[in-house]
Amino acid sequence: MDHATGLSEAAIPEPGSKPIVALDQVGKVYANGTVALRDVNLTIGQAQFVSLLGPSGCGKSTLLRLIAGLGDLTSGQIGWPQAVTDSQGRPKRDLGFVFQEPTLMPWANVFDNVYLPLKLSRLSRKDARPRVMEALAMVGLETFERAYPRELSGGMKMRVSIARALITRPSVLLMDEPFAALDEITRFRLNDDLLRLWAGHDWTVIFVTHSVYESVYLSNRIVVMGARPGRVTADLAIDEPYPRSEGFRMTAAYNEYCRMVSSELHATMDDKAPG
Amino acid sequence: MKTDLRRKVLRVALPILVGIAFLGIWQFLVTWLQVPKFVLPAPTLIATAFVRDFGILMGSLWFTLTVTVEAFILAVVGGVALAVLFAQSELVATAFFPYAVILQVTPVVSIAPLIIIWVGYDNVRTALLILAWIVAFFPVLSNTTLGLRSTDHNLRNLMQLYGASRWRVLTEIQFPSAMPYLLAGMKISGGLSLIGAVVAEFVAGSGASTGLAWRIIEAGNRLDIPRMFAALALLSVLGIAIFGVLSAAEYLMLRHWHESAVRREN
Repeated sequence: MDHATGLSEAAIPEPGSKPIVALDQVGKVYANGTVALRDVNLTIGQAQFVSLLGPSGCGKSTLLRLIAGLGDLTSGQIGWPQAVTDSQGRPKRDLGFVFQEPTLMPWANVFDNVYLPLKLSRLSRKDARPRVMEALAMVGLETFERAYPRELSGGMKMRVSIARALITRPSVLLMDEPFAALDEITRFRLNDDLLRLWAGHDWTVIFVTHSVYESVYLSNRIVVMGARPGRVTADLAIDEPYPRSEGFRMTAAYNEYCRMVSSELHATMDDKAPG
Repeated sequence: MKTDLRRKVLRVALPILVGIAFLGIWQFLVTWLQVPKFVLPAPTLIATAFVRDFGILMGSLWFTLTVTVEAFILAVVGGVALAVLFAQSELVATAFFPYAVILQVTPVVSIAPLIIIWVGYDNVRTALLILAWIVAFFPVLSNTTLGLRSTDHNLRNLMQLYGASRWRVLTEIQFPSAMPYLLAGMKISGGLSLIGAVVAEFVAGSGASTGLAWRIIEAGNRLDIPRMFAALALLSVLGIAIFGVLSAAEYLMLRHWHESAVRREN
């Protein structure tokens, strides 16, 4: 597993956890010549909560999209050791994806928005109903099934988006700065809700953020990335037990982790890119 | 609540009052200045002509209405079908879109004689249908093409993530996104169908067709100006009715979600 991280001193939390996705020398060059990612090696284990943290332009969103299978790699490969392959030989990835914007269908009500992934897998509305309502209950919106997105607040829209991502019961949840556009109070609340949802399941979360505090609060592993070209510069373990709550934000350990992650981030940003 | 109701009543009552006042002044001036009825007939005379020629006018209205509606339906079906084709393949769109534009920018009056010759004078109704269609299909095509392309990119990413087929992407995401554009195109198209049907009939000229346009030409030739006005009024009413129906359809389909149909709350 040593080859899996960019730095030899990097620690992978929960060494016993089974690898769920393995990135090997992943590179991405856009059509205009921009090198978005270079030689990214990363193995993410089952039930990890991994934050990809870095300045804008470091390719963290690109990396997340590549993991999701949106867009082609320029070099390297992404392996799914545990995944079964589908009829066409591609690994079946049971993923949920939450974008920075809620990305809801404005013409459909909350129920139909959450129902969409099941509809695409040809589950009838009637059969899907209990699962949709369960997902809505998980995000605390069970009484809003008939509401239209425009009638909801920013935080509620994001909850619908999360419910939609969870409806297929994915083993990996990919989140691309999901709370960046929200106010701090709403963000804190959703952070706690997300941790509560994650606890007790063994799914893996890959969470893109540019907030040091958010990444420390949520994750048990932080992958720091640098820009130009996008690459992994540090891989840090946050060895603090869950459940974490608001009290965690007051502890010395939390502050120490924030300081450490922050200095790694600044080292990355001051660093001249190799090559 | 009270001011709301008052505003509603005013919105209907004001234009009606203006109309009545306009007709009153018209009647008064024509009578007072003794304007000859073959120059400008009094509204009462037009009303009399309308009652007298009711049968003929209704027959012509039915003819023009059916041509317009058929052309409109064909324009919507054809425009949407072409737009879907264009949205599926950039290559097809690049190859054919310029020709759709050429069809649109060439004045229909100048194509009309050709189409009428091709279709034959004994078949003028078909010629009118074709001409009205040519005028009407472009707004649907261009609006729907734009609408199908304007889908939220991340919604498309989501569909790709869940392995949705092209057909599912089209029906679940692209069509609903394109709906406001399509409906706006239909509103323009509805009016153009009527214009197309009328203009084509003017060009066709002969007595082979029996729509409202022909009634206007015929009445003009006989200096039966009151009947001319009656036919003209019917055309306006038809145009307003088409616009009204399409506006109502637009509101009903978009009222839940689209900014254009939803009331601003502040």
